[in-house]
Amino acid sequence: MTTTTTVTFERHPDTYRHWKLSVDGEVAWLEMDVDEQGGLVPGYELKLNSYDLGVDIEFYDATQRLRFEHPGVKAVIVTSAKDKVFCAGANIRMLASSPHEWKVNFCKFTNETRNGIEDATEFSGQRYVAAVNGSCAGGGYEIALACEKILLVDDNSSTVALPEVPLLGVLPGTGGLTRVVDKRRVRRDLADVFATRSDGVKGKTAVDWRLVDELVPRVGFRESVLARARELAAESERLPGDQGVQLTPLNPEVTDDGIKYRFVDITYDRPASLATITVRGPEDEPGDLHAEGADGWLLRLTRELDDAILRLRANETELGTWVLRTEGDPTKVLAHEQQVLGAKDWLSNEILHYYKRTLKRLDVTSRTLIALIEPGSCFAGVLLELALAADRQYILDGPPIDDEDSEERASVTLSEANFGPFPMGNGLTRLQSRFYGDDDHLAWLVRERDHALTPAETVELGLVTDAPDDLDWEDEIRIALEGRASLSPDALTGMEANHRFVGPETIETKIFGRLTAWQNWIFTRPNASGPEGALRRYGTGQKAIFDRKRV
Amino acid sequence: MPERIDYDAKIPNNVNLADDRRLQRALEGWQPKFMNWWGEMGPTLQTHGVYLRTAVSVGREGWAHFDHVNVPDYRWGIFLAERDPDRRIAFGEHAGEPVWQQVPGEYRADLQRLIVIQGDTEPASVEQQRLLGLTAPSLYDLRNLFQVNVEEGRHLWAMVYLLHAYFGREGRDEAEGLLLRNSGSPDAPRILGAFNEETADWLAFFMFTYFTDRDGKYQLGTLKESSFDPLSRTCEFMLKEEAHHMFVGTTGVDRVVQRSADLIREHDTLDIASHGGIPLDIIQRYLNFHYTVSLDLFGSETSTNAANYYTAGLKGRWQETRRKDDHKLTDDSRDLDRPNGDGTWTSDELQAILLLNLDLRGEYTADCQTGVNRWNKILADADLDFRFKLPHPGFNREVGINSGHHITPDGNIVDEATWEASRHRWLPTAEDLTFVRSLMHPVYERGKIASWVAPPRQGINGKPFDYEYVHLT
Repeated sequence: MTTTTTVTFERHPDTYRHWKLSVDGEVAWLEMDVDEQGGLVPGYELKLNSYDLGVDIEFYDATQRLRFEHPGVKAVIVTSAKDKVFCAGANIRMLASSPHEWKVNFCKFTNETRNGIEDATEFSGQRYVAAVNGSCAGGGYEIALACEKILLVDDNSSTVALPEVPLLGVLPGTGGLTRVVDKRRVRRDLADVFATRSDGVKGKTAVDWRLVDELVPRVGFRESVLARARELAAESERLPGDQGVQLTPLNPEVTDDGIKYRFVDITYDRPASLATITVRGPEDEPGDLHAEGADGWLLRLTRELDDAILRLRANETELGTWVLRTEGDPTKVLAHEQQVLGAKDWLSNEILHYYKRTLKRLDVTSRTLIALIEPGSCFAGVLLELALAADRQYILDGPPIDDEDSEERASVTLSEANFGPFPMGNGLTRLQSRFYGDDDHLAWLVRERDHALTPAETVELGLVTDAPDDLDWEDEIRIALEGRASLSPDALTGMEANHRFVGPETIETKIFGRLTAWQNWIFTRPNASGPEGALRRYGTGQKAIFDRKRV
Repeated sequence: MPERIDYDAKIPNNVNLADDRRLQRALEGWQPKFMNWWGEMGPTLQTHGVYLRTAVSVGREGWAHFDHVNVPDYRWGIFLAERDPDRRIAFGEHAGEPVWQQVPGEYRADLQRLIVIQGDTEPASVEQQRLLGLTAPSLYDLRNLFQVNVEEGRHLWAMVYLLHAYFGREGRDEAEGLLLRNSGSPDAPRILGAFNEETADWLAFFMFTYFTDRDGKYQLGTLKESSFDPLSRTCEFMLKEEAHHMFVGTTGVDRVVQRSADLIREHDTLDIASHGGIPLDIIQRYLNFHYTVSLDLFGSETSTNAANYYTAGLKGRWQETRRKDDHKLTDDSRDLDRPNGDGTWTSDELQAILLLNLDLRGEYTADCQTGVNRWNKILADADLDFRFKLPHPGFNREVGINSGHHITPDGNIVDEATWEASRHRWLPTAEDLTFVRSLMHPVYERGKIASWVAPPRQGINGKPFDYEYVHLT
């Protein structure tokens, strides 16, 4: 398969092909009903509720809309609209025929969606329940694992299974293994038995092994599930809200040379293998957050950035470096930030967590991120996090390049936003990660909050990699970017991922850093993807032939 | 690119320095540091003016102006050969593409390293020669010494220009580092071994300018082929100046040999030490030493670095464009002679691209041989049987495939004891050095010359030998 498919990420429930979203008071039903002919790319049929990236994009859209458009929803039931089938996991023919970078990107997005579900449960009071009403295998069980509760139909035949190892010679790589032992605390030897059995586990054993929480009789299954969801909803700490915010279409202007949104501009420099992402600060002082809704600066910006990251990842795999810039008035940025951080209502809470998740997307993006802090930029507070997410930061110590008589100088401003609200996947803030274990330095940074820092101060505080002056700027940046573009993309991906995540491991970092890395290695090995490998042989009636050497 | 040099600027140049604020600031910041270095590490002898050549243009026509100059006031500047707007890359994986006017980020580190190493050699020889003015055999020779020194200084400027113009802050730091390392310094020596050897006497100076500066000529020749056009053009003009240094070495040794031959005939003995001449076997030992330490400058015979530089287009071969092959060298092979522990030699066939240092060294050796032939002709013309000889390339080597082996000048592999027992016949001994030094009395009178060297056939720029080339106090 060649991915000449250009992927877009905006969807709407009115036109979902694979899901049904319905709201019943405090409970929402999200029912999977995959259209076999609805694959994102031609060449495979999505049988038995198996999914591809297209199915997952709708799933992501639904989880996002639930948070913003349905403040009253406190529990979400994920189930299947098909009889006796919950979900068969990722479509094998799609995986077998996809190029490696497509597989990896698909897994990454899938992981992020599932982490988002856990995020909704933990921080938004939208508690997810998996109502497993039929066979549930591989990625299907991984969806269930992302939910707070797993209810399995007690029909004496429906199982939960992770059959990837025995059937496909790969791993349940989108969180499965990690969540089984780490989140559900299944004993490791039982997990070993479970993950090597192609037929999975059902009934009482599934409960005993902690693979599911409860069994629910087949008769009255939906009613029982709904009742269970209502109980969870009743205990939810979701902040009160009645009027949701409609996530209106972004309508970006997409050309061969880039993408233009209202607050985000992307331009491609293909010969140099880079994309420049310019984020614009707010034009006005903050208004009424609820009245502005999806047009409010931070929410709109976050949606655009989210969409931009996803598009670049899927469609522009050869643009290996992303240059991050900002333009605008830092004081306005801080005013908008303050409004959202200070509001403490359901909407501001959603905006903050959405921005947090979007920054996390940057953290796990396999692209070199370079922040350029120039005069006229607004790397303050929330936007400074973009620079802190980058692998390197350069600040221009001097007047703007095109106006040497200008008094304008670059600065950055630390604020409350940099000290807690937007943790990375490892549970630390980007500053804590940057100065890991150096509490004195962090304390110093706290004292330097809330005022513009000059280039010299940013150097002293260790917030930037370098501060070339106006005479050196263009050359230094050009050489840094060109040099980067000449290095091995694979080595850079590994190196950056190692440097970005210091300190403690969390389920999230393990999924991205450990499970995925193993999965990606296995994906490229002949035992999986060679002509006689398990992925290729799956469904042909022929057995895979393995190279028996353990590596 | 104006071919004329802007002499009104603080720093003479033909690179439009006036329009480049950044470069101006960098170079003007470096200039006083250079002057301090020159004052501390440059020639010890104070003069009131030396008849020096200064570049005033870089074209094919006359490019030099001669006049007496107070040495510290010499107008060091930045001169690049003319730019060929159609120049294309002649070799490696980018062959056929237009040359680069900027450093590609991918090659920044490698190019910077090449330029720093080249740049480090330039001030090193000035440091090595700083005391020689005190023992100059004639005003003519003293003038040549100063000429070589100011031009080495200018070559340092040439490399510093590249570092400042194209390598940003790191380049400026490296440029400063060129003044912080010093020849023979225990703490911060020069990068290459040969440039930490003392140039203790004038015979060593002539040998150095013949053999070691010639290595510089070949290194510059490879950099002149570089795809990085400013480096290419810088080196092209440096080669023009370097030619004079070769001339000083060639004619210098000529004149020593001539004088020795004259003394041998006059006194009918090879033992001319007591007659104020340098015996031929001492000259041969000096030759052996300077030639072999210069061979070490070519690096290892097999070099993946050189291969990478070639493939990337950073450093070519001597006269690359005249070579008749595919200019990629991945499919060609060459033989390399390897010494074995049992005293035999083995010939290995290797990819040509891995033997680029050997290729360059071969060109160099052939060039050195022409000088040896000249000196032998002087001996033949004087009816003497003695002949000079370049030693085997395995002799006295610290670098490459031969280092660690004990190889005689004839190319025999022997054991350490045998080698050490004959060392005094092959390399200058302490007695040799002491003897040569004993001859080093300065001669500062117009038209006069020391006992151990013949006068030149002609003076500088049409001036006679007895011209007052240097005004001394």
